[in-house]
Amino acid sequence: MRPALSIVFFTVSSGAGLGLLALLALADLFKLGGGLSVAQILSGGMLGLVLVAAGLVSSTLHLANPKNAWRAFTRFATSWLSREAVFAAAFFPLCALYLAGVFWQQPWRAFAALLVVALAWTVLYCTAMIYGSLKPIRQWHTPLTPLNYLLLGHASGALLLLWVAERGQTRIAPYVVLALALLSAGAAAKLAYYARTRRDGGATLGHALGVKTAAQVKLLDAGHTHGTFLSAEFVFTLARAHAARLRAAVWAFGFAAPALLAAAFPDAALGAALLCLAGLLAERWLFFAEAQHTVALYHGARRV
Amino acid sequence: MKLGLVIDLDTCVGCHACAVACKEWNGGSALSGPLSDYEPYGKEPSGVWFNRVRHYEAGEYPQNKTLNVPMSCMHCEDADCVTVCPTGASYKREDGIVLVDQDKCMGCNLCTWACPYGARELDESSGTVKKCTLCADRIFDELLPPGDRQPACVLACPTHARHYGDFDDPGSNVSKLVAEREGFGMLPELGYKPVNRYLPPRPMPKVPVHASPQENGSAPGLAQRVAGWVNKFIER
Repeated sequence: MRPALSIVFFTVSSGAGLGLLALLALADLFKLGGGLSVAQILSGGMLGLVLVAAGLVSSTLHLANPKNAWRAFTRFATSWLSREAVFAAAFFPLCALYLAGVFWQQPWRAFAALLVVALAWTVLYCTAMIYGSLKPIRQWHTPLTPLNYLLLGHASGALLLLWVAERGQTRIAPYVVLALALLSAGAAAKLAYYARTRRDGGATLGHALGVKTAAQVKLLDAGHTHGTFLSAEFVFTLARAHAARLRAAVWAFGFAAPALLAAAFPDAALGAALLCLAGLLAERWLFFAEAQHTVALYHGARRV
Repeated sequence: MKLGLVIDLDTCVGCHACAVACKEWNGGSALSGPLSDYEPYGKEPSGVWFNRVRHYEAGEYPQNKTLNVPMSCMHCEDADCVTVCPTGASYKREDGIVLVDQDKCMGCNLCTWACPYGARELDESSGTVKKCTLCADRIFDELLPPGDRQPACVLACPTHARHYGDFDDPGSNVSKLVAEREGFGMLPELGYKPVNRYLPPRPMPKVPVHASPQENGSAPGLAQRVAGWVNKFIER
C-alpha cells in the first residue's frame, strides 16, 4: 500500500495524544507518584488534545473531497471510520469536562477520568480497526493490528506523561516504570506483528484469478501504458534493504533509545518522547508500505 | 434480483472493446459523471476506468495459454466496500447493483482498499470514488429497444464473451451458463460473495513436443545440415 504521509502522521500523533490522556487520567485516579498537580494535569491534558486535534486535521488532508467530511458521522452502525469520527468528536468535550472538573476540584472528576480512559481506548481501537477490518490486506487483518495501535499509542503517551511528571513535585519513579513497561509491551507486540508479516502469504496470482491450473500464472500485460489509480495505490514496492534500514530505525528510535533515556536520564523525558515519536513515524510508514493488497496480485505480484 | 455478469475466459480475446465501450457510455452517464482522464494526449496518459482487461499466461511454452481477464465490479452480495463507507455514499440496491452516490462521497479511499478486485477508483478531478454501475441507466431504460437494454460492455464484446442477467433466476442465460461451464467467482474465501462469474478456459490438448535430432543422439541428415548452413548466412 502507498503510505500517505497525512495518515501516517494522523495515526502516530492521535495515538500519542490518546495514550497520554488515558494514562494522565489513570495517573490522576490512582494518584501515581503522589499524584499530579492541577497545573500538570491541565498542561498534560492540553498537550494530549493538541496532538489528537493535529492528527485529526492531518487525516482530513487525506480526503479528496473534504466538503463531504461531515457525512463521515452518519454510518456509525457499520463503518469503523465513522465510529472513529463520532468517538473522536465526543472525546474533546469529555476531556474539557474532565479538565474543568480537575480545575474546580469537583468530586465527579474521578468519574469523568474513567470515561476519558474508556473513550480514549475506544477511539484508538476504532482507528486501528479501520485497517484491521480490511480482508484484502493479509498483514493488517489480525487482532495484532489493534493491539499494536493501543500499545504503541500508550508507549509514546507514557513518555510524554513522564515529561509532564518530571516538571513538577511528583515522584517520577512509577512513571519511569510505567513508560518502560509500555515500551516493552509495545516492542513485543510489534515483534509479533513483524513475525507474522514475514510469513509468506497463501494467495498467488493463479489462486486470485481462480483458474484451476497446476501451471504457474504470470502477468503478460497490465493493460495500461502508464500508472493507474490502482497501481499507484496498491502496487507499492519497497526495496528489501530500505525496509531493513527502516526497521532498524524503528527498533532504535522507537523503543531502545527512549527506554534507555527514560531509565537513565528521566530529566530528558521530552527527548525520549520525541525520539519515540520519530521511531513510530517510521513504524507507521512501514505499516502501510509493507502491507500488500490482493490487487497487487492482479498486477503481477507473486504472493501477498 | 441478483444482477451481474458472466465473463467467458475461454472466448475473451483481450481486445479491450468492453473497456472502451464502458468508458464511452459511462463518460456521459449522469450516474457517475465523467470518467476523468489525466494527460490523455501527454506522455503519461492515465484516467478512471470501470473495467480493466489484463493479460496473463499460464504454463510454459509450448504448453502455455494466454488468459485475458477483464475485471470490473463483481456487485458482491456481501460488499465490504459498502460496509466500510463512512458517509453512506456507497450503497447496494435491491437489484444487487452496488453504486456510489457522487454527491455524498468524501474521497477517503477506504472502499477502494476494502475491494479485493480493484473495482473502485478515485477520480482525482471530482475527488470522488467511481465504479461500474452495471449500466443501470441502460438496462432499465424503456426507451431503448429490448435488445439494447444491456450493459455497454456486453453489447460491445465481439466474441460474445460477456453475458448479463439475473443470477437469482435459475432459468436465466447467466445461471444456465454458470451451471453448464462451472462458472466461478474470484477470491471466494474472503466471503464477499461476488456475483459476477467467470467461465474457465476449456482444457487445451497437450501440444506434442518432438525431440530435436541433437537430443535424439543421431547425426543430422543432409537436408538438415544444408538448412542449418543456409540459416547461418541468412540474416533475419
